[in-house]
Amino acid sequence: MGRKLLLEHINVPGIETFDVYRKHGGYRSVEKALKTMSPEDVVEEVKKANLKGRGGAGFPTGMKWSFLAKPEGVPRYLLCNADESEPGTFKDRYLMEYIPHLLIEGMIVSSYALGTNLSFIYIRGEYMWILEILERAIAEAYDKGFLGKNILGSGYDLDLRVAPGGGAYICGEETALIESLEGKRGNPRIKPPFPAVKGLWGCPTVVNNVESLATIVPIINDGAEEYAKLGTEGSNGTKLISACGNITRGGVYEIELGLSVEEFIYGDEWCRGIANNKKLKALVPGGSSVPILPAHLITKTAAGENRLMSYESLADGGFASGSMLGSGGFIVFDEDQCIVRNTWNFARFYAHESCGQCSPCREGTGWMERVLHRLETGKGNMRDIELLADINKKIEGNTICPLGDAAAWPVAAAIRHFREEFEWHVTNPQEAVTRNYGLLRKETVS
Amino acid sequence: MKTEITNQSRPVLSPEKMAEIQGVIQQYPEGKHKSAVIRILHIVEEEAGGWLSPDTMDMVAEILNIQPIEVYEVATFYTMFNLNPVGKYVFEVCRTGPCMLVGSDNIIDYIGNKLDIKVGETTKDGMFTLKTAECLGACGYGPMLQCGKKYHEHLTPAKVDELIESCRKGEIQGNKQN
Repeated sequence: MGRKLLLEHINVPGIETFDVYRKHGGYRSVEKALKTMSPEDVVEEVKKANLKGRGGAGFPTGMKWSFLAKPEGVPRYLLCNADESEPGTFKDRYLMEYIPHLLIEGMIVSSYALGTNLSFIYIRGEYMWILEILERAIAEAYDKGFLGKNILGSGYDLDLRVAPGGGAYICGEETALIESLEGKRGNPRIKPPFPAVKGLWGCPTVVNNVESLATIVPIINDGAEEYAKLGTEGSNGTKLISACGNITRGGVYEIELGLSVEEFIYGDEWCRGIANNKKLKALVPGGSSVPILPAHLITKTAAGENRLMSYESLADGGFASGSMLGSGGFIVFDEDQCIVRNTWNFARFYAHESCGQCSPCREGTGWMERVLHRLETGKGNMRDIELLADINKKIEGNTICPLGDAAAWPVAAAIRHFREEFEWHVTNPQEAVTRNYGLLRKETVS
Repeated sequence: MKTEITNQSRPVLSPEKMAEIQGVIQQYPEGKHKSAVIRILHIVEEEAGGWLSPDTMDMVAEILNIQPIEVYEVATFYTMFNLNPVGKYVFEVCRTGPCMLVGSDNIIDYIGNKLDIKVGETTKDGMFTLKTAECLGACGYGPMLQCGKKYHEHLTPAKVDELIESCRKGEIQGNKQN
């Protein structure tokens, strides 16, 4: 389980420069696509590879591409979503910071496939130094004839720009991203029309995650068949996982999908176990929005099978006993962590980041934050737990964009798996205040 | 938080900065120049001491030839923009889940005690502002804070001391003082 497709050369000195990147096989996929393939061939190859979108939703990239409307005489746009803000997720930052040309290469091939002549990378404003890295790399690519007019003599023209956000989680939602790129508040749009029909400036638009676009490079270089040999039947290829929380070695790792969760947490090559020899209490495997898993459901599924790092295995058991691979933001909790406190913290995040357009989300996330804060500080009562479940149901599915769902799921899952811990906060109000962490040692595994 | 409106004369932009701003506008197709507003606000904020007064925002509206309200609604939506004066150095400490798991609360308390300010406040000498931020995408390297464009990661009290010391010595570039 060691093959790397994206990060293979990330430690090569100077890989952020065009020349070193090129020496290590960079920009081959652009030559291959523009000289030997039609745009339709590229789309077909990506479809065959069955690449699932790496931003979190896991929607097949090739299928998304095939929805793009192509009316005569209307420009189309490809936007790279580099607004990485899902708590626990920092993989795109790593890729762009250290190997920016990989994203640029993937964007050239993808833009060619979609027939766009102007593409954008929308990057979160806090990553301003990475924006500068990307612009330097883009300038080099122009210089070497991989961007601009008549790329490699193929007759294909492409301009690539970078635009920063201003600090708003919601702009990771594709229609909010488009609004923001148009210079407006990041309020998600009502769909339909979908961006594939009416996106940036009212034109057909595709929005893809950084890692998805970078993955186009190995798919075109090696072919979909080779690519599909990696991973499991339902989860092809490799995935960047950003590991954090109470582990010995946090960071970004490229894994072949299908690696066991146990190996990933405890293996020497990966997280190297729980920090300070503590025990594992819980896991959020795919960014803060996905359901939390209690210790007994982390390395094994409810059916007793080994839990794997793949779309299907992490989702095994549905929301009752499973979770999601999501964005790959892998957050590990040790035995000292308080689930109520963490749930409150996440609720506060969503309340802070709700754009305020839809009342169920605007009001509901604030309510959840306040109720959870009450419980966490020993001022709650048993009815509050039911109240949370009720607010949850009223948000879920009732909002324009998925931020409402993303706020509701973690609360629902925390109550589902750690109800006693919430009740303990009600029955032990004094201790809940004085001993915030490690209150109740639910079942843990070593 | 209550937003107080403080006015201040607009910053004077150097010819280089004006050229940079024109370059940003030219990145967009004709007629789509409004797209440049967020990036221009970042540039202008840096020139204006780290915050945006209504007058400064009006200036951006004039540059882009759009209505002032179109700039205000953007500046008030995105949390990176400061609508009130800030210190020379703004520490934005991430407080979200993964950072909390590794002790961001302690770091926030430590900075607050050391500088004798609460979150959201600026020291009397105008040197430091302490803020909290939601997830900054450094979850594996927490606790962390952002100061200017730079991330300071794996923070400990000793590292915070060092950082504050470098700021006081002027080794780190801070906001322009007006």
